[in-house]
Amino acid sequence: MYRYDEFDETLVRERVREFRGQVARRLSGELSEEEFKPLRLMNGLYLQLHAYMLRVAIPYGTLSSRQMRQLAHIARIYDKGYGHFTTRQNIQFNWPALIDVPDILDDLADVEMHAIQTSGNCIRNITSDPYAGAIAGEVDDPRVWSEVIRQWSSLHPEFSFLPRKFKIAVTASDQDRAAIRVHDIGLRLHRNGSGDRGFEVLVGGGLGRTPYVAETVREFLPERRLLSYLEAIMRVYNRLGRRDNKYKARIKILVADDVGDFRRQVEEEWGKSDKDRLDAPLDEVLRIRRFFAPPKFEKPGDASVLLAKARTVDAEFDRFVATNTLEHRQPGYAIVNISLKPIGLPPGDISADQMDAVADLAERYSFDELRATHEQNLCLPHVRKDDLFAVWRALDEAGLATANIGLVSDIIACPGLDYCDLANARSIPIATRIAERFADPASAADIGELKIKISGCINACGHHHVGHIGILGVDKKGEEFYQIMLGGSAAADASLGAITGRGFSSSEVVDAVDRLIGFYKANRGEGERFLDAYRRLGADPFKEVLYGDIAHH
Amino acid sequence: MAILRITDSGVLLDERPKGEEIALAEWRAGVRPEAGRFELFIPNTEDAEALAEIVKRFDAVILEFPDFKDGRAYTQARVLRERLHFTGELRARGQVLCDQALFMARAGFDAFEIGGGDAEGFAKAIGAYSFFYQPAADSARPIHALRAEKRAAA
Repeated sequence: MYRYDEFDETLVRERVREFRGQVARRLSGELSEEEFKPLRLMNGLYLQLHAYMLRVAIPYGTLSSRQMRQLAHIARIYDKGYGHFTTRQNIQFNWPALIDVPDILDDLADVEMHAIQTSGNCIRNITSDPYAGAIAGEVDDPRVWSEVIRQWSSLHPEFSFLPRKFKIAVTASDQDRAAIRVHDIGLRLHRNGSGDRGFEVLVGGGLGRTPYVAETVREFLPERRLLSYLEAIMRVYNRLGRRDNKYKARIKILVADDVGDFRRQVEEEWGKSDKDRLDAPLDEVLRIRRFFAPPKFEKPGDASVLLAKARTVDAEFDRFVATNTLEHRQPGYAIVNISLKPIGLPPGDISADQMDAVADLAERYSFDELRATHEQNLCLPHVRKDDLFAVWRALDEAGLATANIGLVSDIIACPGLDYCDLANARSIPIATRIAERFADPASAADIGELKIKISGCINACGHHHVGHIGILGVDKKGEEFYQIMLGGSAAADASLGAITGRGFSSSEVVDAVDRLIGFYKANRGEGERFLDAYRRLGADPFKEVLYGDIAHH
Repeated sequence: MAILRITDSGVLLDERPKGEEIALAEWRAGVRPEAGRFELFIPNTEDAEALAEIVKRFDAVILEFPDFKDGRAYTQARVLRERLHFTGELRARGQVLCDQALFMARAGFDAFEIGGGDAEGFAKAIGAYSFFYQPAADSARPIHALRAEKRAAA
C-alpha cells in the first residue's frame, strides 16, 4: 500500500488547517452558506436533506486495517455508528455536525486519509479495479498509475473549477471491474504489439441524464506520457466544455458532439505541451511502484484439503465460497468478497463494529489489506484457501457472510429520498424489498448473475442505465413511480439499458421484476445470464411480460 | 477597485492608477493605445495561444472570472505564462476571492482586482501550502523534484 511521506502528510494537514479556518468563519457568520458552499464541497462536505454528509476518499478503493478502524472510530464518535460505502469506492458519513468536521479530517489525516476533491467540479477520487494485484490477467498493478494520478490531480491549480465534476477510472485488465466505459476518462493499461505497456484512453462516458459509453480517443499511449496527455484532455475540456447548462457540462457532451474534432484538439494540445516537465519522472513512478509490490505470499499448493473438507461439511460455507470468492493469481490463495447487501438492509451500509471486525480479518488473514468495490461491497484481496473457513465463520458472526455477490440481491442503490434532497423517489426500500423477494439462496443461485441498479432520480447515482435491470425513481404528481430499463452493463461489454415503458408504482415494481426473472428462467439457454438472454431475445418479449396483461385489459 | 499585487516584499495593496486599458475587441477594431502603460482585457472565451503577437505589446493582461466557478482563465493564464512566456503583469478581474487566490497565483496571476481589499486574507491564502504535487506557472518545484533532491542528499 502507498504510505505518505512528509510531503503528502504536510499537504493534507495544511488542507485541514485551511478548512478549519473556513468552518470557523462560517460558524461565526463571517461566511454565508452561499459563500461557504464551494469551500465545503472542495472538502467533501454536502448539505443533505436532514444533515451534513461527509464523503471520505478511499483512493482506488485500497484500505489498511488501521484506516478501517479509524473509519469505525469516526462512525462511533461523530456519526450514528455506521458508514455508507458508495459506487466510487468512497465512504460517506451521513450525520456529522459541522463543528466536528475539522476534527474528523484531522483524525483521517492521522491514518493518511482525506476528503479532498470528493465533491465539486474538480477531478474526483481515482477509482480502480478492486482486485488489483490479486487477480490473474493484469499487465501491471493499476494502483501504481492511480496513485500517480491522485497526486497530480490533488489541488491542481488549472483544473479545480472545471465545467463539471470529473471522474477517472483505471484498470490493467481486459475484464473491466472499474466501469471505465462510464467514466469521464477511462484508462485501460495493456501491452502493444512490441510488448510495451501503455494506456487505451477512453473519454466521455457517463451516466446522469444523458448517458454515454466512452469513446476511445487513443488506442495506445506510452505509460510514461500519461500525465501530459491527461493535462491535454483536461485543458481542452476546461476551455471548451459547456458552462451555460449544468446538464450539458460534462465532457461526454463535448465528446459526443464531435469525437473526431475532440481527438484532434487533444492531440494538437498534447503535441505542443512540454511533456518532459509535465510527466511523472521515472524515479517517482518507481518510488510509488515499490509500495505496490506483491505481499510475501506463502507457497502452499493450490488445492486446500482443509477447504475441500469444510465445503463438504457445511453447505452454507460451500455456497459462500461459490458466490463470494474468486481465484487468486497466487496458487493457494483466494479473493474474498464481503457483501454489504444483507437481505433487508440498505445497500452499502456497515456498522462501526462490523468495520472493526473486517479490519481484524484483514490484519490477520489478508496482509493487512482491504478493498472497497464500486458495487458497494468490500473485499479481502489475499486470503489463504486454508483460512477461508475461519474467515467465513468470523464474517458470519459479524453479520457479513451474505452469499450474494453478483446475484439478484447484490443491488446497487443510491441513498434516494431517504437522505438526498435531489431525489424524486426512495431507492433503498425498493432494493430491500427486491432482496427480500429473492432471499432464498438456492433460488438466487439458480437465477445467476444479475445486476440490478436503482437510482432515485435521473442523476443516476445508482447507475440504473448500466443495470441488467435498471430502476429509475420518478415523481408523478407527488407519488413515487419506478421506470424499468433493461440490457445495461458497466463491464467490458458496456451498454446502456433501454426504457421498457411506463413506470410502476412502489407496490407494483417488485412484482414487475419478479415477472422479468420468471420469463428469463423459462426461456434461458444453458448457462445463459439474464443479460445475455435479453440481448439474444430482444426487448419485445420482456416488454410483453411487463405490460402484456395490462395492454390486454 | 483596489489592486493587490504579489511582489518580492509580499502581497501588497497598490493604489497607483491603472494603465490605459483596451479590450481585445477594441484592439481588433483598430484602436491603439496612446502612450504610457498599456493593459489588455481578454474575455475568457478566447484561445490565449492565438494572441501571442498581441499580448507581447502590452504591459499587463487582464483575465476575467465572471463567476469564481468559471475556471477558464486559469488555462488562459498558464498558456500565457508557460507557452507564450508573457512576463508582464497578469491580473485577475471579476469574482476574485481569497479562497481561489492560491490557484490563481500558481496559474501565473500576480495581481488581483479585489473589492474589499483584504490583503491579509489573500496573503494568508497564497501561503497556505508549503508544497505542491504538480508543476504549474509559478516557481514552485513539484513534490517529486523535492523528493529526488532529498534522496540525492541522503
